[in-house]
Amino acid sequence: MADPLDPIKQFEIHRMGSELKIGNFDVSFTNSAFMMVVAVALISAFMFFGTSKKALVPGRFQSIAEISYEFIADMIRSTAGKDGLKFFPFIFALFMFILFANMLGLIPFFFTTTSHIIVTFALAMMVMTTVLVVGFWKNRLKFLKLFWPSGVPVLLKVLLVTPLEIISFLSRPLSHSVRLWANMLAGHIMLKLFAGFAIMMFAGLAGAAKVGAIAPFAMTVILTPLEILVAFLQAYVFTILTCVYISDALHPGH
Amino acid sequence: MSAFNFIMAAAAAAAETKEHGAEKGSGVFPPLDSSTFSSQLFWLAVTFGLLLFLLSKVFLPRLGGILEHRSNQIADDLDSAARMQREAEHAEKSYEQALSDARAKAHNVAETTRASINAEIEAEMQKADEEATRQMDVAEGKIKALRAKALSNVDDIAADTAKTLVESLFSGKIAAATATKAVKAQG
Repeated sequence: MADPLDPIKQFEIHRMGSELKIGNFDVSFTNSAFMMVVAVALISAFMFFGTSKKALVPGRFQSIAEISYEFIADMIRSTAGKDGLKFFPFIFALFMFILFANMLGLIPFFFTTTSHIIVTFALAMMVMTTVLVVGFWKNRLKFLKLFWPSGVPVLLKVLLVTPLEIISFLSRPLSHSVRLWANMLAGHIMLKLFAGFAIMMFAGLAGAAKVGAIAPFAMTVILTPLEILVAFLQAYVFTILTCVYISDALHPGH
Repeated sequence: MSAFNFIMAAAAAAAETKEHGAEKGSGVFPPLDSSTFSSQLFWLAVTFGLLLFLLSKVFLPRLGGILEHRSNQIADDLDSAARMQREAEHAEKSYEQALSDARAKAHNVAETTRASINAEIEAEMQKADEEATRQMDVAEGKIKALRAKALSNVDDIAADTAKTLVESLFSGKIAAATATKAVKAQG
């Protein structure tokens, strides 16, 4: 009885179908891969129905699609400037993918792709690679000005500012990925714990004491909208930080 | 009280389960299980790559096109609205011009008509005055003649009267000429 209530079990990855291998690497289709496919399919369906009519006065789907378009475009414009719009498809894809993965994970029995550090780390590394490639390709060695801010005394720069800037730059992929991952992980563990308590108390207690199960159940109900908020917020935070990092790559001089 | 005990028991059971699970599973916390990394990375690359391709090649250009078309349409509409407003203002101005022209013309016509009518009335009046004066003159002449005639008759009547009076008083006869002479001498 206790086994399905294990709060960690929801993060387990199962193979779906037969084992697939490329060289030595296992690339079997799993429940995680399935949820990625579902997320991409839903985003595509949403974008397809949002743009199929091409109406001058938008309908419901088109309205939402337009709002998300403007939302991301405004975010890029305000943080990275107009030239950041070259990265619009990438940033839009990041936001949509993370948002849908987070939201789908909140549906009971659904797997949360973003609750695995390797996925969020891969996304963060995509961002960092983009920043490094674009930064050096666009500014050549001037990109290193990022670590050599103007208007600071040289001694202070050498001793304090530049080492700190370098450390913070190098820790970006880690903080970027762990922030999203930890939020998803903790939220799902918490939800599962309280929901599990409610079930256990209801099943285990006798008579009128069963009423006590209301407390953890109420917590589950309260936590669910909070987790929905977190799911959106983390997608937003991941995206806006991506914009900030890309802004660094485009304008390293601050 | 019993609820609290139960929570503690449940927590302990959960901890036990975790250990139990660790025994039979691969023994690692699933999100840190490196044996699943290759598969997740592969499928992330496939799905995210596909999403990026679809968004950048199909959906976002389409959506951007819709938005641009709308903003163009709005700009066009605003332009033509401004043009129409200018035209309306122009039309209003020419309408007012025409109105004031017509008003001035009407005023002119009224003035001329009034002047000509006044002149006519004056001429008629003058003619009537002249006619009246003429008739008055004629009448006056008539009256004068009548009066003169009447005055000359008075002498005759006086002479007649005097003759008749004398003849009745004195029962005799006098000549008319004598009576006339006497009357004239008295007059």
